[in-house]
Amino acid sequence: MKVLVPVKRVVDYNIKPRVAADGRGVETQGVKMSMNPFDEIALEEALRLREKGHASEVIAVTIGPQVAQDVLRTAMAMGADRAILISTDVDCEPRVVANLLKAVVEKEQPGLISMGKQAIDDDMNATGQMLAAKLGWPQGTFASQIDIADGHATVTREVDGGTETLALTLPAVITADLRLNEPRYASLPNIMKARKKPLETLEAASLGVDLTPHLTVVKVAEPPQRTAGIIVETVDELVQKLKTEAKVI
Amino acid sequence: MSQTQSDNTTAIEREEMAFDVVIVGGGPAGLTAAIRLRQQQPELSVCLLEKGSEIGAHIVSGAVLEPSALTELFPDWPERGAPLHTPVRDEKLLFLTKKTAIPIPALHLLMPQMNNRGNYIISLGAFCRWLGEQAEALGVEIYPGFSGADLFIEDGKVCGVITGDMGVNRQGKPKPDYTPGMILRAKQTILAEGARGSLSKKAMARFDLRKNADPQTFGLGIKEVWEIPAENHRPGFVQHSFGWPLDTHTYGGAFLYHFGENLVSYGFITALDYRNPWLSPFEEMQRTKQHPAFKKHFEGGRRIMYGARAISEGGLQSLPHPIFPGGVLTGDCAGFLNMPKIKGIHTAMRSGMIAADAVLEAIQTEQTEASTYMRALKASRLWKELSAARNIRPAFSHWGMLGGAAYSGIDSMIFRGRAPWTLHHRHADNHTLLPADKAPKIDYPKADGKLTFTRAESVFLSNISHDDDQPVHLHVGDMQTWKEVNLARFAAPESRYCPAGVYETNEAEELVINAQNCVHCKSCDIKDPGQDINWCTPEGGSGPNYPSGM
Amino acid sequence: MTALVLIEIENGKVRQASRSAIAAASRFGEVDALLLGDAGAEAASTLAGVRKVLHVPALTHALAEPTAALLATLAPSYSHILAASSSSGKNILPRLAGLLDVQPISDVVKIEDESTFIRPIYAGNALATVQSSDSVKILTIRSSSFDPVAETGGNASLEVLDAPADEGKSRFVKLEQSQSDRPELEVARVVISGGKGLKDASNFHNLLEPIADKLGAAIGASRAAVDSGFAPNEMQVGQTGKVVAPELYIATGLSGAIQHLAGMKDSRVIVAINIDPEAPIFKVADYGMVGDLFEILPALTKAL
Repeated sequence: MKVLVPVKRVVDYNIKPRVAADGRGVETQGVKMSMNPFDEIALEEALRLREKGHASEVIAVTIGPQVAQDVLRTAMAMGADRAILISTDVDCEPRVVANLLKAVVEKEQPGLISMGKQAIDDDMNATGQMLAAKLGWPQGTFASQIDIADGHATVTREVDGGTETLALTLPAVITADLRLNEPRYASLPNIMKARKKPLETLEAASLGVDLTPHLTVVKVAEPPQRTAGIIVETVDELVQKLKTEAKVI
Repeated sequence: MSQTQSDNTTAIEREEMAFDVVIVGGGPAGLTAAIRLRQQQPELSVCLLEKGSEIGAHIVSGAVLEPSALTELFPDWPERGAPLHTPVRDEKLLFLTKKTAIPIPALHLLMPQMNNRGNYIISLGAFCRWLGEQAEALGVEIYPGFSGADLFIEDGKVCGVITGDMGVNRQGKPKPDYTPGMILRAKQTILAEGARGSLSKKAMARFDLRKNADPQTFGLGIKEVWEIPAENHRPGFVQHSFGWPLDTHTYGGAFLYHFGENLVSYGFITALDYRNPWLSPFEEMQRTKQHPAFKKHFEGGRRIMYGARAISEGGLQSLPHPIFPGGVLTGDCAGFLNMPKIKGIHTAMRSGMIAADAVLEAIQTEQTEASTYMRALKASRLWKELSAARNIRPAFSHWGMLGGAAYSGIDSMIFRGRAPWTLHHRHADNHTLLPADKAPKIDYPKADGKLTFTRAESVFLSNISHDDDQPVHLHVGDMQTWKEVNLARFAAPESRYCPAGVYETNEAEELVINAQNCVHCKSCDIKDPGQDINWCTPEGGSGPNYPSGM
Repeated sequence: MTALVLIEIENGKVRQASRSAIAAASRFGEVDALLLGDAGAEAASTLAGVRKVLHVPALTHALAEPTAALLATLAPSYSHILAASSSSGKNILPRLAGLLDVQPISDVVKIEDESTFIRPIYAGNALATVQSSDSVKILTIRSSSFDPVAETGGNASLEVLDAPADEGKSRFVKLEQSQSDRPELEVARVVISGGKGLKDASNFHNLLEPIADKLGAAIGASRAAVDSGFAPNEMQVGQTGKVVAPELYIATGLSGAIQHLAGMKDSRVIVAINIDPEAPIFKVADYGMVGDLFEILPALTKAL
């Protein structure tokens, strides 16, 4: 079984995002870019499935301009066997991403798609579910544990107030949550070796997908600064305010 | 596979890879050396390590670039898109008192080295990212996120470096994802780590490279980048100051450059041979912004970046022998910065080019030492420049701020840098502190959160990544010595000179080390009175993530 | 325009987050509710502001595959389809959007007009105003940004629907409620955090736990408290630790280092208790109390 791992190049999670002065977006020029952390977890899971003998090949795929290759190199340094860049300068929304990935899935015929539950830039949390819908595959979102046996994936999901376990018939889409695993380092020897692994480039335009967004960003602003509230004198006053004014207890 | 002995003497299996040249450090010196090597000899395998998460991540500089070395390296740099966008148009040197600013007239006569005509205001971070692209296009293998943790020595010769181990926990034990560092073998190793590089320090000690040199003296540069309203922006404007708020025994001053798209680079350099243990370079930097000559430049703006880095100020007198068996020192880890000119980029690049040529010759002739390096340096334009500037920085240590300034004028105007004497640096920076009870306390104003800030607010802008579960990379030799010397005698000066708030003294009068705040400036390694703080490389990729613009 | 809201039932009641989503939906026009599973029909029909409850008793576990398929058949009658930004809403609605080739909009915090919405991006470090050109808008709603509709007062009609044919590709195995009485830090509705002001690990536990028990709160810690060994690493709130955005955040004995503030500033209500009136935490707190923790916290335990 092949496992396809879609990865996204995002502003590194250590960088404090800065809203551009003209409100067009968050500054991404000249800041450190990395693989979306949830995608790293999804990739790690795919590699472990291969190491356990459930997967034969792990393929990383990303969508973006030529520089987005660097996350594919990282993916291959971590252990992906090969990588595909869907090349486009258009900033694709999750819907378009799902359509492009569907085209890749039809070509590669993976038995499992392992991807992050959301990207830490747009925080949309939608691509995996949309891709599953478009493929007519079952989905296991927000996964914290995955077991593969007999053409099924048993997925434990992080849900409000606990965990839910589902049995999915493969092929399926699984989206990774934080606690699924601790991704490995890309070691220096493996980074060196990854330079020689195959990286295929597909023009987005060649996949027959309309890249026009349905959702446009009108403006990006900094969130309003919090301001100091009131000072209370007694514990009773505090409890009273929380009950009647703030209504949080 | 090779086995190496680590400090705890257990043998570790390490993977190996061999290159012709390994370069440690992706700043202007290392990148220039890498480029030059591949320009001269495209067959040469060149590997460059950078401890930052990417090229530029740990780069802090003013920066005004004197482009001569760049032009030598890439005569076609404009076509290659080098990020030199803001030529210097207007410049001022101010002597500050608390309330006034006196411009120094006829700057080009009095301090010709300060003249910036033909120079560019750049972001060194952006410039290094560009140099990195050029180097990669020429076939240099660049590995960011990996530190050179140790020299790899065989038969008394440096044969490359060992990269840092990854995945070691706070107690020094391997975690599940433990990955031992790798041996990168090299015929020649170029150290280009910047001021107070940790491998350079090891090489200097092991091969006794400093025996004929004055002690190195350093400065701590602390910098902010502001974004200001377009209507207040004067691209190409350069302002330097000296005088207030520093005492007359302390060398240093502020810089302020308008560059790029509505950006202002502001910073303050404090020489680390300062005497008063109560002095805080960070607070000096903050309060200088309140001076009328500076304050107006920040109006309506927002601070977007913060960083700090030590620089070598000693000049030629403090230059170590830059050659050792198997390698060379280049750039600011050797100390090629021209302090009176406040420039070290073009000198770093020049030393990188000269080193590259010497290293190439050593490889081609199968010599252990790149012996032609020193000769070529002495014959170079770089040497001439540093020689002319050599007496100015020590004059300030000898005669204080006003005496130094007067000497500087005389040296430049009458002797034109060719004075028949050489002034020396007498003390290493760790020896200059007065006992705390013999020095006046300094009352610094509180941060207002608009123009001036706290350390914590500042370090937040450095985008530091640092896995908490790794060994503390700031090794403090002995807590008893710290208590008796640092705390009792000097009132814990590290809590003031560290620009990142790494060092704190808790209520129980113990030293708390917030290693995760470290911006890798190296000041503690330099200034600690007993040289008991040893800065070691943390896990690769740790430290600040300065964006382009820094 | 008519909106459809996918609602969730908890202990026989409609979840507050779903009631917030209904409040958001009422901005567009009339509101219908879609109820899955055999419980909660009565609670749903009394919700204020709901016209009709579509009830699908057979979809007990709200699996994404059949639910999205059903929603896709209902979609042509609606201009907006909403759910809370809960694990269920985020599981199902994007799948529906995939079926309809619509771009969904997650975590809406403000409705500008019928097609323009504000949502946080970059973990709340920026707010994006987005505009949708889709004919049906699919939204998940941040409950803390919309006051929920009342549980009673409404009189919705009830319509029972059949579940769509099950393709059998996804099967529910089990649901496990969190074992610990204390919720996870990231999803807790209330968080109480302690700093160095608590002086030692035993105070940290003895003073904070009773309050956490009473409020069903998770316990967090400042970096200084973690570094001093009062609390384990995983409790740390802040830049390299966790980002939390509960309904109520109570900060005790911590000054509010900027990293900590970054980790909790999106909380709906912030309470700060500290001995130092100058502590930065007071600048972001809705309610501040200056004084001795060792007196205030036991008194608070009693008062709750």
